[in-house]
Amino acid sequence: MQSFIVNLLNGLSYGLLLFMLSAGLTLIFSMLGVLNFAHASFYMLGAYVGFSVAARAGFWSALVIAPLGVGLLGAAFEHWLLRRVRAHGHLPELLLTFGAAYLLGELVKLGWGLGPLSAPVPAVLDGPLFSLYGASFARYRAFMMAVSLAMLAALVAVLRVSRTGLVVRAALTHPQAVEALGHNVPAVFTGVFAAGTALAALAGAIGAPLFVIEPAMAESLGSIVFVVVVIGGLGSLSGALVASLLVGCVQTLAVASDVSLGEVLSVAGVALPPDWDALTLAQLAPLIPYLLLVAVLALRPRGLFGRRGDHA
Amino acid sequence: MRKRDAGAEARGAAARPERPEHPEHPEHPEHPEHPEHPEHPEHPERPGTAPQTAGRGPSARSFAPWLALAVFLALPPFVGSQSWLLAYLAQTATMIVFALSYNLLLGETGLLSFGHAAYAGLGALIAARMFNATGMPLVLLPLVGGMGGALCGLLFGLIATRRSGTAFAMITLGLGELVVAAAWTLPGWFGGEAGIAIDRASGPRFFGLSFGPAREAYALIALWCLAASAAMFALSRTPFMRLANAVRDNPARAAAIGCYPARIRYGVVVLSAFFAGMAGTMGLVNIELVSTESVGMMRSGAVLIATVIGGTAAFFGPVAGALVLTFFSVIVASVTRAWLFYLGLFFVAVVLAAPDGLAGFCARHAARIAAQGWRRRRAAYLWSALAVLLWSAAVVLAVQWAYAARFGADEGAAGAIFGFGANAGADGAPLASALSAVSWWPAVALALLAAFCALTTRYAMRAHARLAPQAGRARVASSSGETR
Repeated sequence: MQSFIVNLLNGLSYGLLLFMLSAGLTLIFSMLGVLNFAHASFYMLGAYVGFSVAARAGFWSALVIAPLGVGLLGAAFEHWLLRRVRAHGHLPELLLTFGAAYLLGELVKLGWGLGPLSAPVPAVLDGPLFSLYGASFARYRAFMMAVSLAMLAALVAVLRVSRTGLVVRAALTHPQAVEALGHNVPAVFTGVFAAGTALAALAGAIGAPLFVIEPAMAESLGSIVFVVVVIGGLGSLSGALVASLLVGCVQTLAVASDVSLGEVLSVAGVALPPDWDALTLAQLAPLIPYLLLVAVLALRPRGLFGRRGDHA
Repeated sequence: MRKRDAGAEARGAAARPERPEHPEHPEHPEHPEHPEHPEHPEHPERPGTAPQTAGRGPSARSFAPWLALAVFLALPPFVGSQSWLLAYLAQTATMIVFALSYNLLLGETGLLSFGHAAYAGLGALIAARMFNATGMPLVLLPLVGGMGGALCGLLFGLIATRRSGTAFAMITLGLGELVVAAAWTLPGWFGGEAGIAIDRASGPRFFGLSFGPAREAYALIALWCLAASAAMFALSRTPFMRLANAVRDNPARAAAIGCYPARIRYGVVVLSAFFAGMAGTMGLVNIELVSTESVGMMRSGAVLIATVIGGTAAFFGPVAGALVLTFFSVIVASVTRAWLFYLGLFFVAVVLAAPDGLAGFCARHAARIAAQGWRRRRAAYLWSALAVLLWSAAVVLAVQWAYAARFGADEGAAGAIFGFGANAGADGAPLASALSAVSWWPAVALALLAAFCALTTRYAMRAHARLAPQAGRARVASSSGETR
């Protein structure tokens, strides 16, 4: 139980990383009306590019170059491809991002090989920040939390305070009116898409030292991010934040726990076959985001912070 | 998915009840930059499902695709009986049923699902367990698998069909991942790594057939493929499916005339899950194994890709898509490991160039040829075909070159052609350094090829531009038949 606080902090840092991804996804969805299925692939690309840049020019330049490069790629994708199918509705757009996820996955295999890579933690951020009752909290995780929170603050500031944010928010709901006022709405779309993919790449570059960089990382994290976005309510930034923290904390705590399923269910008086009872919560951790999704949707079909349920 | 549009129309209908049709969409909120694409909610020219063809009765023309399908499934086993041919045909037959069942969701009801393999895999799992436990006749196994799939559809549909559009897609993704994660973690459910195997010859004999030999098993699969396709075709003509079409095109109006969109969606999900379970069981009969792979995302993605490539608007679109997909996943995959890249590239090209799939593409151009005559369009088509061929050659050359540089000896023939094997790039090394170790002639060939590509593309575009004034009207007419 002593390590509970540290585990909670670990969960929070994981949740904030998830938020960095789901924020970009939500931004793009509420703006363009299309769920970017390739979002996790841009995250993976960010991790790989960050790895390569960090190996040559150091960790800090990787944090800048990877988001910039991947953001440019995202802008190109939106400008040259996504815009072409917009006339046909949202379904082809979603399908196009789906195809792009396949292509990016193959390109990454082509560019960096099939094997897993591990990015080193920079020396400044290596080691524990503090220890509580013998359990230590890594300095790098604290750094990750700081970056995520800074990004959240910057996002809120840009969207709420600045003039650009005003145009973006107006273009969200009234694109025709904004265009009539002389703003270049397609350029705003491209910018939002680029910003979203850049956020994903930043998450990839920052998360790389904590996870293994491998071609399957997009799939394993991607489905969790989509689950987070649905739990929070599609298009809701605050919902994405709450759901990210929820999923991150619950999953991390489950992994760190040593309780078995039988012990949990015996509280409720339910008995299962013995080989099910022997399963630990840590083994069941991969199931937890999806079970949360089912539970939330059963109680509240539109998600935690979603708007009124749509027919279409 | 198009909620803003539907909402605007609902508001418009409420405000101006005397004008229910809005034929012009003057205030069309979504696509101000494309006034030539007015999206009529009625889809007057959906090929294949247009109401005017329903009342005409069967003609020789409408039987032609069925005949082609039957010949495709039946003829090759008489020509040659290599095991790979039967395996390929059985996989194609399975994918045809799977893609058709997926099209009940995507094409007929407008529901995009990312977890369709869950129904197929769970249906096959239930069928395998039933077969091992009871020793029931193999002939009826697809029905059992279908029931199993429908049961899962009953369960998952409860959660998923409360939403539609993007939310439905994401929920099915979550449910699909839930099934995958559960299949890996829960013990004794999917038999872990090994999966659950059946011995298809162990059931009672059926008119002297044990179904042990691949030919007999294939005959069973092909017959079930035809039966399931015919059943889905009949289903697509029922009033219930017309309601589903209404829910797809305009849920607000469908609700206004007194049907519950969520219930219709639920019904379609269950029906589609039934046929998906059937397809999964056909795969089980073919390979005698159901494993965690059969519920995985790869399989869900494959059926989505097959259906979209084929086209969702026509009934036989998914059949064509299934043929293309198994061509990539069996034949191309046996030649090169880059097949997934080619498949993704082809998928993206289809989505960009013909969002209504191969079936829509063919229907559109058949209409243009009928309108303008073959002779007039010949030059444009010839140049386009040449350009497409050259571009494909250039892409294949570039991709094979890159894959050979990365994977070297593993890539087999291509690695030998490009003149290197052992010096392939190590994991993590940038591709450029691997490529620099390569012989230089592919680069020169690629540059030459690209020049030819640019030239033919130029000629093709010029030829199309000459046709454009006449083709303009045909394009507007046919592009309103797209799927939402």
